[in-house]
Amino acid sequence: MFMTTPLLQLTDVTIRFGGLTAVSGVSATVGERELVGLIGPNGAGKTTVFNLITGVYQPTEGRIEFAGEPTAKLRPFELTERGIARTFQNIRLFPSLTVFDNVRVAFHLHLAHDAVHSLTRGPKFQREEVELRERTRELLSIFSLERVQEEPAKSLSYGDQRRLEIIRALATRPKLLLLDEPAAGMNPAEKVELMKLIQFIQEKFRLAILLVEHDMKVVMGICQRIHVLEYGRKIAEGTPAEIRANPAVIAAYLGKEHA
Amino acid sequence: MPPKSQLCLLAALAVAGVATAFAGRMDPYFLDVLLSVGVSVVLAASLNLINGFTGQFSLGHAGFMAVGAYTAATLTKTLGAKLLPLVGGQPWVLLPLALFAGGLTAALAGFLVGAPSLRLKGDYLAIVTLGFGEIIKVILQNVEFVGGALGLNGLPTTLNPAWSGVIVFATLAAPMLTVYVVWGLLNSTYGRGFLAVADDEVAAEAMGLNTTRYKITAFVVGAFFAGVAGGLYAHIKGTLTPGGFDFNKSIEIVVMVILGGMGRHVGVILAAVLLTVLSETLRKFGDYRMILYSLLLIVLMLTRPQGLFTWPLWKRKAA
Ligand SMILES: Nc1ncnc2c1ncn2[C@@H]1O[C@H](COP(=O)(O)OP(=O)(O)OP(=O)(O)O)[C@@H](O)[C@H]1O
Ligand SMILES: [Mg+2]
Repeated sequence: MFMTTPLLQLTDVTIRFGGLTAVSGVSATVGERELVGLIGPNGAGKTTVFNLITGVYQPTEGRIEFAGEPTAKLRPFELTERGIARTFQNIRLFPSLTVFDNVRVAFHLHLAHDAVHSLTRGPKFQREEVELRERTRELLSIFSLERVQEEPAKSLSYGDQRRLEIIRALATRPKLLLLDEPAAGMNPAEKVELMKLIQFIQEKFRLAILLVEHDMKVVMGICQRIHVLEYGRKIAEGTPAEIRANPAVIAAYLGKEHA
Repeated sequence: MPPKSQLCLLAALAVAGVATAFAGRMDPYFLDVLLSVGVSVVLAASLNLINGFTGQFSLGHAGFMAVGAYTAATLTKTLGAKLLPLVGGQPWVLLPLALFAGGLTAALAGFLVGAPSLRLKGDYLAIVTLGFGEIIKVILQNVEFVGGALGLNGLPTTLNPAWSGVIVFATLAAPMLTVYVVWGLLNSTYGRGFLAVADDEVAAEAMGLNTTRYKITAFVVGAFFAGVAGGLYAHIKGTLTPGGFDFNKSIEIVVMVILGGMGRHVGVILAAVLLTVLSETLRKFGDYRMILYSLLLIVLMLTRPQGLFTWPLWKRKAA
């Protein structure tokens, strides 16, 4: 139980697309600096929950609060401003921009310069640009991506594109980072390495992370708490040990893998 | 010590100044083509900000050009007798002010057209700007103050010795300023946002970019320079008719941006120069001109759909 209000709180959130109820009465929380898993079979509604949290969709019913403030009617960029960043399941980098610019542009929220300064190009503007270059390079070095910083993002390998997406999200200085299957398409060794880095990032940047990942071993290994969705409903919540022992989860999710 | 980009701009303006000093000795036909090229570069570079770099699709550039042309011409011709004494009888003051006013009214029109339509995703902008161009034409045809369907005649041009210098200088300096502004806007961390919006709006929003504001900024800045180009055009031709700013004119500018490789600075400038020179040269073929021009465009589009001047040297990239 939380002593204070959790960082993120979903209360009875429902969204319908025409006749389809993609998410149905889901309540869930993520606390400050907590690493929480969100799991469930294909089509369970995990990505839709991300889209609801980030303001891409508005819930049909229910409430979402971030840092104690209701998020209804806020546009995605306003939620990013408040501290929510994300990656996308189907990778949405800026493909024609360089690796470097993909990250640099995400510092946008914290810029002191704007259109006018881009034209006057005074000393303050130039100092900020130099500093941003430094900070961009620092972030890129987390995943050793500075060696390809001048390549267009679309030329990176699939795995590097996913890593770049995480770095880009970090540049917005989030309090909460939503990762939608960040290890998809990676081999087991790469997965282990990525999960270590996710833990490292969480520590270093003092983040809360909500992680969607299909690989049970991975989720159980690093998450403090796990929410389980099935057909848009939340069927369980608990520590990895509790989830592993939960009969509904075994039937809905693990059961299929172990069958 | 100003940054290199601003030194380049100053050098370019100095070249424009020297060229202006020699304008009297230039072959009149050559000067005419040179000035047309200047106007085209302003139009193409500013549309490139909207359609190329920011990934929107505007068909309204001729409309904004008309707004700027009529505003500037009203100030120098219709109200010129009253305004000129106020600035000490100096065209060197009045023309830049008139061009700036033309740019501002075009920018205002751009804001009114862009703000509602750029909030929406999809091709609304193309439809709305298409409609805007037609509406402006009809309005101009029916406002007697600006000459109605007959238009405005007898504007000061380069044939008028008092005006010649400033018209030539402004027409040569404007493309340089436009290119600097477009380049400067894009070459900053802030400015990379325009390219990000063009690449993926959903991802751009998720990274905290107000995509609507970026699109409106690009659109309004683009409209401003279209207005300035209109003002220049008015004082090169000396006459304005509403029909001169029709859909064909907008398409001509769109074609320059496409052949220039969409979102490439040098390519679009070269395409504007090339197509303007070509279109002026083809004048001697009379009525066949449009057919030849169209055929040429078809061939170019088929053989170089990625743009005429697209090789690695001029790839869109950080400076
Ligand atoms: N914009 C939309 N319009 C209509 N239906 C949608 C929309 N977005 C999601 N859905 C539907 O909502 C349901 C949940 O989809 P969602 O993508 O959230 O699942 P998921 O748990 O992320 O699945 P996966 O593991 O395959 O990524 C699916 O049936 C999907 O087809
Ligand atoms: Mg999903």
